[in-house]
Amino acid sequence: MKCSDFLKELTDYLDNTMDAHTKAELEEHLQWCHNCYVVCNTTKSTIEIYHDSKLYELPDELRSRIHTAIIEKCKCHKNGTESSLPHNSGTEKVKENSSQ
Amino acid sequence: MEAIENKVAEPPSEESILVEAARSGDIGAFESLVRRYDRNVFRIAQHITQNREDAEDVVQDAFLKAYQNLGQFQGQSKFYTWLVRIAVNEALMRLRRRRPERMVSIDEDVKTEEDSMPREIADWSPNPEQQYTQAELKDILGKTIQGLPPSFRTVFVLRDVEGLSTEETASALELSVPAVKSRLLRARLQLRERLNKYFKRRDGDTRP
Repeated sequence: MKCSDFLKELTDYLDNTMDAHTKAELEEHLQWCHNCYVVCNTTKSTIEIYHDSKLYELPDELRSRIHTAIIEKCKCHKNGTESSLPHNSGTEKVKENSSQ
Repeated sequence: MEAIENKVAEPPSEESILVEAARSGDIGAFESLVRRYDRNVFRIAQHITQNREDAEDVVQDAFLKAYQNLGQFQGQSKFYTWLVRIAVNEALMRLRRRRPERMVSIDEDVKTEEDSMPREIADWSPNPEQQYTQAELKDILGKTIQGLPPSFRTVFVLRDVEGLSTEETASALELSVPAVKSRLLRARLQLRERLNKYFKRRDGDTRP
């Protein structure tokens, strides 16, 4: 197996979504190819770091404000009173899509 | 016994009960769905738009659009996958508005594999993220993912941050499974390459 073949299979290998035979071939390659071993490990770390990063968490205060806005807009849509809302992008979409 | 079990239909999930109630006009049920998925939608939106205000607007618009179109939701996919599809479309639309000079599409065709081939092979320090404070790490990760094409970072965030399956990601983005896999591989390799300069093992780092 060449390194380029290993790379092509890397995503399936990391996701453990491959047949046992292909997996064994990749692991045999990893036994002797230090470069692929490093790329495999650091790619795995990349995924884990992003997954655990809590990047872009929604702060409670903003969450509460967004909830209020969503529910108000939904109520307006339900009651067909969206025309009384001030103009912004969300309400524009209500008007575009509303059957009222 | 087995035959009896086979006849018993699977009970509706809590989610499908909420969706059905919301469809009948129960706003409280829809609010429960908002609470369930708002954090996910916000993360996805901010990853795609890379802009906090846009992400806020995307969350509001995506849920409103979902509410307005609940009647069209057939229940063949999960509500969450359907919601993600709406949110991704809203986020890409915002990105296009902000960057009209650049074509932004989830379908963009990537012609070369050169962009993802590893150039620097360097081992990383053990627990590399612990070399930085939380704020520094968030800054590094944010800047790094911002450099990816939108179609790559969208696939990466759905699969590797939000944990959707490849099939769910394909369904949410209306892409084929091989297209998702190809973008995911390139996104992962490009992020790895870009993180090298922050996380690679330094001279004198003697830890195993």
